[in-house]
Formats: sequence, structure tokens, C-alpha cells
Amino acid sequence: MTSDLFIWLAYLLSAVLFIVGLTRLSSPETARTGNAIAALGMLLAVVATLMDRAIIDFTWIVVGLLAGSATGLVMARTVKMTAMPQMVAVFNGFGGAASGLVAASEYLARGSSAAPLHMDLGISIMAGTLIGGVTFSGSLVAFGKLQGLVTERAATYPLQKTFNFLLAAAAIAASVYLILSPLDTRGYLALAVLALILGVLVVIPIGGADMPVVVALLNSYSGLAASAAGFVLSNNALIISGALVGASGLILTNIMCRAMNRSLANVLFGAFGGGTPAVAAGAAGGEKVANPIDAEDCAMILGYARSVVFVPGYGLAVAQAQHRLRELGDLLKARGVEVKYAIHPVAGRMPGHMNVLLAEANVPYTELYEIEDINPELPNTDVAVVVGANDVVNPAARDDPDSPIAGMPIVEVDRARHCVILKRSLSPGFAGIDNELFYLPNTRMFFGSAEKSLADLVHEVKTL
Amino acid sequence: MTGTLLVGIYVFVLAMFVGFEVITKVPPTLHTPLMSGANAISGISIVGALVVAGSGESQLLTVLGVIAVVMATINVVGGFLVTDRMLRMFRRDREGEEGS
Repeated sequence: MTSDLFIWLAYLLSAVLFIVGLTRLSSPETARTGNAIAALGMLLAVVATLMDRAIIDFTWIVVGLLAGSATGLVMARTVKMTAMPQMVAVFNGFGGAASGLVAASEYLARGSSAAPLHMDLGISIMAGTLIGGVTFSGSLVAFGKLQGLVTERAATYPLQKTFNFLLAAAAIAASVYLILSPLDTRGYLALAVLALILGVLVVIPIGGADMPVVVALLNSYSGLAASAAGFVLSNNALIISGALVGASGLILTNIMCRAMNRSLANVLFGAFGGGTPAVAAGAAGGEKVANPIDAEDCAMILGYARSVVFVPGYGLAVAQAQHRLRELGDLLKARGVEVKYAIHPVAGRMPGHMNVLLAEANVPYTELYEIEDINPELPNTDVAVVVGANDVVNPAARDDPDSPIAGMPIVEVDRARHCVILKRSLSPGFAGIDNELFYLPNTRMFFGSAEKSLADLVHEVKTL
Repeated sequence: MTGTLLVGIYVFVLAMFVGFEVITKVPPTLHTPLMSGANAISGISIVGALVVAGSGESQLLTVLGVIAVVMATINVVGGFLVTDRMLRMFRRDREGEEGS
């Protein structure tokens, strides 16, 4: 009894450490210790569990812990910062799968006793199985899409929504059946497979540009799966931790949706980026001329400006040009130019992704600004430089109520005195719509790959 | 509904509120580390996985348990380490050591 008491107190302390750790994420100054505190909480929970008398054989546990730790260590050390969304997706999936397996074990552990499950336990087990399964397969599809293994385009087919709805209804019906009947291993396997299929089908119709939302939502699911496992085991530490993660994922999902001015339902069922070429064709009808600029002239504008705001987009990360951008920013700062970076919430492939990429390139976080902070300053900014971004600076989102991205918050670079856009061509962005910004009188297009263009600019600014 | 379930629901709902309060204070610049860190916390199901893997009730359960332990451990260890790696890069100004 005393050891049980100790274990439960340890779990409580773990939950407290998680909350304290998350609280310290409120500032980059304290975030690192916060993460360490949360990790300590996890270590405590694991050590306490190992003292559980229900554990009689440690051989496989040690093997599992070592294998998992080694794999996790290597993945964490070697992953590129650009690939962070994929890795978080994989980790989400593993977390969800582990929770699902815990629920499954609890179901199968009853042996072939004829009695149906206790209602409470039954509901918890089925919820854990469903959420865990959906999280696992959904995360793997999200990983495939982000990694480029599965088509990034929104894969759609007729009656998709109806079919998914029927599948979800079938899963719930199967759950109810399993709760009310005695042990049915085959029936349970069928439910697990159903959950896995559902996860795939829910994520597959979502386009690449919407992945930040999906990854955030799956993050939330992995938390809810852990909570469900907590209900199965009547373990409050799991319930609390899972709820914290569930809340975190929901908040991030909501932030991402607002940043695109779309509802979650629209992201999940709207199949954005799949069928909009007609809009692009219509908008590109008129004769419009963009003004190109070369490296030398651009360096002149930048070098003699008082203030410059850089607007990086995912194209910058794809080109791995964030280090060059920082180099250019440093050169300009050395010349007395005020340099800021405007970060749109959906600039990267997951919430806050661009901030991490710039931090990696050694840009101090104090130079990064959110849209609501930078927009009021843009009319007094000499030059706004857009690198590898498109839709997030499209004035149509603000001015054209009929635009597919109408109402989406944008970085208002068109209000700066000059606007330079580093881009390969005039092609549209993810949303597949033309950008009138390219044709404004104070806009200059600097064509070329981001890496090469920035290198040229660095060179030219040095010779000023 | 039994008392245990009810208590569980109480705990869940209250923890959600704590989560909302705490997470809304996280600045956007830390959203990626928040996700990977929270992700690592969701690996708490390792606690359940360990008990299943070590209970020795049947071969099937041991196999399921060990798979769950491996996955949850990857989630936990990888999640916390990668979060630390990211947070190390965040600095206020460019003084101090270069690169990572």
C-alpha cells in the first residue's frame, strides 16, 4: 500500500511538473528550463511506474526502452529544421499508437471470460482505440504528404464526405456492439482496422498548404488518445497530461485556421488547393506588366534605406536560404539600416516553423515581428523584401471580397514605400491565385532562386 | 457511471482549462517547440505501456506492450530532445556562441 501511495504521489508530481514546464514556455528566456522540467516529470512517471508490482518481467521493458531511446535520440539529433513538421507528425503518430495499444491490451487482457465489459471501461477502451488509430494512420499520411511521399494535392473522390461519415458511423456502431458483447477479438481487430482506415481517409483529402492545421489537430488527438488511455487505466496523470496536450493542439489549430481565415470544417472538408485553377486563369486575363530589378539596383535601394522589413516564406526554407538572408540582414544593420523580419503564422509548414528556421540561422527572436505588430509600421518602412512568400502578402485578401483568400490576414507589404519580391517567376502560390502585388508601381520583381538572389545581393551590398 | 469515471471526467475538464490558460500565454515564436514539447508529454502513455509489457500475462500482451513501449519512448525521448535542440537556438541577440 505504501508503494502504491508513493507511485500515485509521483504521478501527481509529474503532472505538476508538466504544467510548470509548459508555463515556462511563455518566454524564450525560460523555455529551455521549462522543457527540462517537463522531461524530468516524464522521467519521474517512468521510474514510479517501474516500481509497480504488476510488472514482473523487466527483460522486454529494458529492450523496449533502450530501442526507443536510441531511435528517438538519433531522430532528434539528425532531423533538419525544415523537416520538423514531418518529425512532429511521426511522433504524434507514435504517441497515438502507443495509447491505442494500451487500450487494446486492456481489452484483450480480459481473456475469454464471457461477461461483457463494464460500461465505463468499455467506453474508455473504444475511445482510446478509435482516437489512437486515427491519430496513428492520419499522422503517417501527414508525414507522407510533408515528406513528399504521398501527393501533396488534395486527393478527392466522389461522395468522399458521405463515405467518411458512413465509415465513422460504422466505427461508432462497432464500438457500441463491442462494449455490449463478450470478448470478440475479431470484432475488435475490425474496429482497429476501421480506425486506421478512417485516419487515412480523413487526412488524404487535405492539401499540402493546409498541413500546419492538420499537424496541430493531430497533436491534439495524440493528447486525447493519451487521456483515453488514462481513463482505461484510471490513471489521472495520463488524463491530465493528455488534456494539456489536447488543449495545446486545439489552440494551435484555432490560431492556424484564423491565420488563413478559414473554419476548421473548411480545412478538413474544403479540399483547398485542389480545384481552383479556374480562378487563376480568370485573374490572369488582363495585360499586366511587372517591373523587374537587378541585384545592383536592389542593393542600392536596400543599402541606402533607413528601414527594411524582410518577409520570409516557405520558399526561403525550401531553398535553405535563411542563412544568406541573415547575412544580408547583418550587412544592412552594419550600414545602420533598421532590419526587421515579419513572420506570418502560416509562413512555414507548422505553427512557428519560420521562427525556428530563422533562429537556426542565428536571427535573434527580438527581430521577429508578428503581423499585427509589423503592419502599422509598414507605411513608414522604406523597403519590404518578400522572399519565397506569396499568398501571405497578396493584397487581394484584404481588398477583394471575392478572392478565395478574402479576409486572410496578410503582411501589408504593398503599403511600404518600396517592395521587392524575390521569386523565380510570376507563378501563383499555394492558393493558385494571381497576385496583383507583383504589378503595383512601387513593386520590383527580382527574379531568380532565393539562394542565388540573396547571395548576389550580399555581394552587391558589400561593394556599395 | 462509477465514481472513478466521474472523477476522471472532472480531472480531464479541469486540466483542459489549465491547458488553455497556460498555452494561450505561449508566444507564436515558440509554437513549434510548444508542439514538439507537448507532443513529448503526450508520450505519457508510456506509463500504461510499461505495465502491459511487464505484466507477463500472455505472449500477445507482451508483444503489444513492447511495441507500445518502443513507440512511446521514441515519442518521449525524441520529443524532449528535439525541443531542447530548437530552444537552444533561440537567442535575444547575436552575442554568444555561433551556430549549433
